[in-house]
Amino acid sequence: MVGFFVVAVVVIVVLVIGFTKQPPTVDYSNAQSGQPVDVTLQTVGAYGSAPHPTWVSYLIKDPSTGQWVHTSYFQVPAHTRVNMTIIQYDSGSPLRNQQIGMVTGTAGKVALLNGKPFHVYNSNAGNGVGHTFSIPTLGINVPLVGNNANANLCSAAPCTEKSPHNVLKFSFTSPGSGSYPWQCFVPCGLGFLYGNGGPMQTNGYMAGFMKVVA
Amino acid sequence: MSVAAEGGAVSEGSGAPQGTDEPPRKEASHGWRLFAIWLVLSAIVDPLYYIFAGPHIPPGRMSSTAGGAVFDFNILIVLAIPVMIGVWVYMAYAIIQWRASKGGPEPEGGPLAANNFKIQTSWITITTVLVLFLAGFGTYELVQPEGAGGGQGPNPIWTPTSNTVLPIQVIGQQWKFTYRYPTFGGFETTQLVVPQGVSIAFHVTSLDVIHDFWAYQLGVKADANPNQDNVAFTTPYQLGSFVVRCDELCGIWHGAMYNNGAVVTKDQFEVWAQTTEKALAANTKLLPPFAYTYTPDANGADGGYYPDNVDPYSKVETYGATQPGSG
Amino acid sequence: MAIDITETPGTDFPGETPIHQPAMRRGSEWLRPHMGWAVVGAVVGYLLGHWFGNIIYGQNTVPQNTGQNNVAIVLGLAFGVAGWLAGIGALTYPLAKLVGREPPPPVPETGWMRYFRYTEDHKVVGMQYLIGVLTFLFTGGLLAMAIRTQLLSPTTHVFGPDTYIAIVGEHGTIMMMMATSAVVGPLGNWLTPLMIGSRRMAFPRLESFSFWIFSAGYLVILSALAFGGFPTGWTGYAPLQTQASGGMDSYLVGFAVIGIGMIAAGFNLACTIINYRAPGMTWSRVPIFVWAVLATCALLTLATPSLLAAGYFGILDRTAQTAFFVTEHGGSSFLWQNLFWFFGHPEVYIMALPGFGLVMEMLPVFTRKPLFAYRVAAAGMIGVALLSFFVWQHHLFQSGINPDMRPLFMLTTELISIPTGFLFLVTLGTLWKAKIRFDAPMLFILGMMFNFLIGGITGVFLSDVPVDVTVHGSFFVMAHFHYTIMGGLIFALFGGLYFYLPKMTGKTMNRKLSIWHFWTFFIFFNLTFFPLFLVGLLGQPRRVFEYAPNLQTLNDISSVSAFLLGASFLIFIVNFVWSQWINPTKSPDNPWNSLGLEWQTPTPVPWYNFERIPVVNSDPYHYGEPGALPVADLGREPLVTAGVVSKEEAVQPGELESPDDTDDFDPRPPIL
Repeated sequence: MVGFFVVAVVVIVVLVIGFTKQPPTVDYSNAQSGQPVDVTLQTVGAYGSAPHPTWVSYLIKDPSTGQWVHTSYFQVPAHTRVNMTIIQYDSGSPLRNQQIGMVTGTAGKVALLNGKPFHVYNSNAGNGVGHTFSIPTLGINVPLVGNNANANLCSAAPCTEKSPHNVLKFSFTSPGSGSYPWQCFVPCGLGFLYGNGGPMQTNGYMAGFMKVVA
Repeated sequence: MSVAAEGGAVSEGSGAPQGTDEPPRKEASHGWRLFAIWLVLSAIVDPLYYIFAGPHIPPGRMSSTAGGAVFDFNILIVLAIPVMIGVWVYMAYAIIQWRASKGGPEPEGGPLAANNFKIQTSWITITTVLVLFLAGFGTYELVQPEGAGGGQGPNPIWTPTSNTVLPIQVIGQQWKFTYRYPTFGGFETTQLVVPQGVSIAFHVTSLDVIHDFWAYQLGVKADANPNQDNVAFTTPYQLGSFVVRCDELCGIWHGAMYNNGAVVTKDQFEVWAQTTEKALAANTKLLPPFAYTYTPDANGADGGYYPDNVDPYSKVETYGATQPGSG
Repeated sequence: MAIDITETPGTDFPGETPIHQPAMRRGSEWLRPHMGWAVVGAVVGYLLGHWFGNIIYGQNTVPQNTGQNNVAIVLGLAFGVAGWLAGIGALTYPLAKLVGREPPPPVPETGWMRYFRYTEDHKVVGMQYLIGVLTFLFTGGLLAMAIRTQLLSPTTHVFGPDTYIAIVGEHGTIMMMMATSAVVGPLGNWLTPLMIGSRRMAFPRLESFSFWIFSAGYLVILSALAFGGFPTGWTGYAPLQTQASGGMDSYLVGFAVIGIGMIAAGFNLACTIINYRAPGMTWSRVPIFVWAVLATCALLTLATPSLLAAGYFGILDRTAQTAFFVTEHGGSSFLWQNLFWFFGHPEVYIMALPGFGLVMEMLPVFTRKPLFAYRVAAAGMIGVALLSFFVWQHHLFQSGINPDMRPLFMLTTELISIPTGFLFLVTLGTLWKAKIRFDAPMLFILGMMFNFLIGGITGVFLSDVPVDVTVHGSFFVMAHFHYTIMGGLIFALFGGLYFYLPKMTGKTMNRKLSIWHFWTFFIFFNLTFFPLFLVGLLGQPRRVFEYAPNLQTLNDISSVSAFLLGASFLIFIVNFVWSQWINPTKSPDNPWNSLGLEWQTPTPVPWYNFERIPVVNSDPYHYGEPGALPVADLGREPLVTAGVVSKEEAVQPGELESPDDTDDFDPRPPIL
């Protein structure tokens, strides 16, 4: 009886620890107040190592160490200009819904693709769009233009700038404090029905939170 | 699953003599006492509810359908209050009056205590009448005002009487709603703006799994199924903003799948729609032509789940171009 | 009136010459099948199936792209369940028969080890079910508290959104699986033969099978957490189901496994009730609880196959890439909803009816009055069972399917409230001028009536389409079915446990702790779930990980109460452990002075139940009728006769002569 009880308690503790485990948060909120914050992300077509080597993923650059962290949680200060840089290492395809081919919610309603501003990207032309960076509650949406699928694409995170890539830059002003879900809207979970399973529904891959602190 | 225990039956029934040969006066008094308590309490609580709580019942009266739902809700509460009071008063009375520690006579057994034809038939009759009334009332409230704001499938049978109906398409996708306005060039936006005083037909469909379009303050709810056009009608009465939420579990971001909509005047709506149509023109021409249902493109549709050489069975308007190989 | 012809009434036990088997060697005790071997079998089976699945399917593009092989998971789970059943010894008998051998005879057992074995004694199976159901219940309860922890704050997330839906789905599924067997499993199996005057079940091996596959279902559904959980909630809507990760396989296999157990339990109980009633146990004398079990069995056997079919389609869609539920490839996203709710709505009554039966069964004992309107009660439960097959589309009012059928399903849904409402006709009628004793079971009965009234009335709101437009899929629905299932069934279950545990284990539950348990349970149950009606009405959809900030107060009231509700369960556990193991108080044979046939047996009930098959004289509700006949002719004095109220008048234990006293008594079970 006592043994049974002990086993039950141990199982519960292990489960609670497992349940509450969330991806680590990369902290950008230590910048000087009033100064813009530079956030750097990368997307990779295949994460390359366990537990899900075939899944696409975002990575976030830790500002203090310069290392890439496999997570989708980052923290910025409130009411501050956030300069986003996303290095996109994945290929692209025409969008299912071209509505997300449009840049919305950013400063000037534009994003810079390798230095050139654009507002609407025609995903049926060129290399298409690989992912998006979207914060639906703030109306922010930026299509991440894809690379040529036939090029020698990076397939193991973290990728370096030696691999083919597109650089997207855009800015927005962070809102008041809170936890804002952000995600990719391109169905990039290959092998899952409608492409929206697996990495699309797992924290730390194509979905996460932008935490805003005062 | 439902119970319509009729309080009236309890009290009236218990008011009837217990079928003994010579009903003693004390027994009958229990029934009348219960009936009196029930009648007084119901007569107090019902009007109190209707006058003080009734007008504030959510989701309010922003639209024709929301108002209908609130009216129905209030009628049901007004009927439910006497039923609940009846049962609870009876239970409380039994607990106080007939508890063993109070002493009292031994209960009488026998067939007369186990069966009372009069009470049984009156209970069944009253609950049946009540239930049939509720079904008739609900049907009337469903049919009469344009289908009560619920999704009616592709061929709605209860439609608005108004000649001008503004169609708005609601496209559910994992994990947001987008809206297309076919009468304004079919532009697609994440903003939902509707004009006041105009009948609106929401054509709800999905590009992937099942979602549910719930415009809370408008009293509109319709499932978004892939390849299915689900129409729901409403007429907004009041200006202001309302919340749209997804009401069918659709995956990880189900809880974050919401946005705000706005009811504006007809003139403001006209201006907004024409401005937005112009602003989105560059993107609109890249969208597939407007259709009531869409087939997601072959690759993206199954994310490589089905083999590439399997064509969709029912091809309507493809959303997104088909392409060789996706990343 | 069918009677087990091998057990003719009036014959002294044992009725036939005992067959003497060579005694088992003691060393083989641990080698014979028991639960340990079942665990070994399950692990071996899982590994085997997983390995096999990888061989046949690992090279397909889908597992290569996703890194997840659903075929391997499904085969692993299926082989694991088979291994579990083989390990417990469920397959020994059929396999021996299959190859033309005589199976080994059942081995007599009286020690605690029998609770870990594949047994043929319905009372042992009942106790196994009790522990199984409570394990399900407490697991689901812990998950429920995890849900309420997340909902303490509208925006701060203790769990990630993916973990949160996994918890929600796991909680819902475990609780629904538990609730289908909550009363029928422990009390239905334990009591039915005693109530109808039988020595055995019709199919004892099938009965044991139903429990052991039920317990396998627990392991299967828990394994979902190891595969990342499933995002669909307990309803498992496709095509989200088809899209989901590996945890969905556990859901589908788990529900299928539980479904097989439900069908087996239903067949066994129905056949037992129909064929094994004692002489004189006419349909108008059958205890009302047995009627409830019989009505439930009709639903178990007729509704569950629909779930099995749906689950099988789902497994095929996820493994063989068929397209039952995928519109673009010829399937329909409505199909799962239809099949699932065609099972799902009768399932709601699978959960409700045994609770009704139990409450109506216990009430006369505490009111010392006959059950009011017995025939109406029995007819009502049969009516609910029939009507429940005609209401399922009220779950699809807003889905866009058959919109012109909505008035019809509104009508059928509201019609079913008539027979459901008979519960109140019967209970209120029985309370009329009664002499109510407020023991713990009676408190739970009254609590159940209070809660079920709220649950039932709000059901009428949901059946009304215009109101349903607002409340469908919101916390209002969630509160409604917690009021009916938890407020109804679980209250009835606890009442039933306090009532029947003295007979089942021979030990009385502590009265003070029982009463404490009731009051904390009742108060915090209502404080947990009543605010959720308002939360739903104010626009909070189900299964969301964040919500509007203005709803925080109501959500917090609910969450804090939920933790206290969890503490209330602890009182029960403490009471159970204290009263049954640490400080047991021996219970008299008939502590409540019930007239029921099941109470006329000595405690502990011998495995043969009755020394002689009783001849039933009347229904067991002749309270307050001094001249009435005893409920049955047991071949001895009954413990309580009609009209006896005080304990002193009852025959005390020990006055009975137990067959164990005779020297030549053979304590082994009959060869079944």
